[in-house]
Amino acid sequence: MRMLKAEDVSAAVRDMIIEACRVLPEPVYKAFVEARDSETTDSAREVLDQLIKNADLAKATNMPLCQDTGSAVLFVEMGEDVRVEGGLKQALTAGMVEGYDKGYLRKSMCHPLLRKNTGDNTPAIIHLELVPGDKLKIQFMAKGGGSENMSRCTMLTPAQGWEGIKDFVVRRMAEAGPNPCPPTIVGVGIGGSFDLAPTLAKKALFRPLDVPNPDPEIAAMEKELLEAINNLGIGPMGLGGKTTSLAVKIEMHPCHIASLPLAVNVQCHSARTKEVVL
Amino acid sequence: MATYHLNAPMTDADVAMLKAGDVVYLSGIIYTARDAAHKKLMAALDAGEQLPFDLKGSVIYYVGPTPAPPGKPIGSAGPTTSGRMDTYAPRLHSLGSKASIGKGKRNQAVRDALKEHNGVYFGATGGAGALLAECITASEVIAYEDLGPEAIRKLTVKDFPLLVINDAHGGELYAKPNYPL
Ligand code: SF4
Repeated sequence: MRMLKAEDVSAAVRDMIIEACRVLPEPVYKAFVEARDSETTDSAREVLDQLIKNADLAKATNMPLCQDTGSAVLFVEMGEDVRVEGGLKQALTAGMVEGYDKGYLRKSMCHPLLRKNTGDNTPAIIHLELVPGDKLKIQFMAKGGGSENMSRCTMLTPAQGWEGIKDFVVRRMAEAGPNPCPPTIVGVGIGGSFDLAPTLAKKALFRPLDVPNPDPEIAAMEKELLEAINNLGIGPMGLGGKTTSLAVKIEMHPCHIASLPLAVNVQCHSARTKEVVL
Repeated sequence: MATYHLNAPMTDADVAMLKAGDVVYLSGIIYTARDAAHKKLMAALDAGEQLPFDLKGSVIYYVGPTPAPPGKPIGSAGPTTSGRMDTYAPRLHSLGSKASIGKGKRNQAVRDALKEHNGVYFGATGGAGALLAECITASEVIAYEDLGPEAIRKLTVKDFPLLVINDAHGGELYAKPNYPL
């Protein structure tokens, strides 16, 4: 059994969080530049120019890209032959708290009804999967509330099939309009169960922007949905244009013969994700 | 579509001339408030108490900034989604507030209030918090410190870049999505 020290895990989580909130993944930055060059109206180009400048400035001055530094979402793949001394959850949480403190990041978690802020961004939202091997992979997402609020989940009938899925996703993005800070990235979870579909949708958002689903049929569906969403004409910040979304990411899973669970998890352009393998 | 350099607090004349699509660089004093602060403001109004700032001509910025790093007046400070403040905005406009700054759609009640009370809704670029913070030269918590990022702050801004989304004449800038809703 391989043993990892809690403090090493915490330090890796802390550093990953601070970095993720300041530096966009390279493919996202590239997509801003490509979108700006493809847009034809002044307002769309201006918004994308601002996003490029914002990303440059955040990187150069250590300022968070966006003031909403999110809920701390962690997807953890833990090898069956590795353990964390002192406990995994405690190590992840300690690192998260330190990252949000030392990184001057906003603490956005509160009691759902009393609305009292927990003060240190706890609890992190942790998804744990056991995998073969002795490695610990931790993926972090700073998930903003504005885009999360535009996310939806539904149970379609099997008869509704692909057409039903397409209508639900495109309608959702049309209704969301300017609210989730377009250009967005759209995570779609198809199948599983009532609880699994949204997790699939979120997991899809961790896939690098320029990597389609490895299954060519699903990759084609991603492309079809992206085209349909971009035909909406909502554009950057809702001011009109070709770029409403930068990508659609689909994850699929078998489901019950009676069901077709579907979830849409909307990610804003501030797609702050990072991962570390220990 | 015109470009203006205006001051906050705002005058009725400045608000009245603005049209959806105009670009405004705003300088002066604005106040931050988001969900929790609005709730407290409403409770203060219900109780007949004085508000922590003068509503007359006021510009309210829907933002909860990140903590100020050493040597900076404020952290990252871009707009939050305005729709959540729709239930509060008409009352504030009826009491003299002139403008709000946020991102995303407003409902019919807010659009009506803008017309009735000569108000304006500005959009700032969501997710450009590092860039927008460069236009904030001073920040001071003036109320509800216990709310942390949601406390009310008095901000001094210089040439803060805004777009008129909803004007006082019923104009709206956002693109209508090409889909039967
Ligand atoms: S939706 Fe995203 S980019 Fe927009 S304010 Fe929220 S976290 Fe920032």
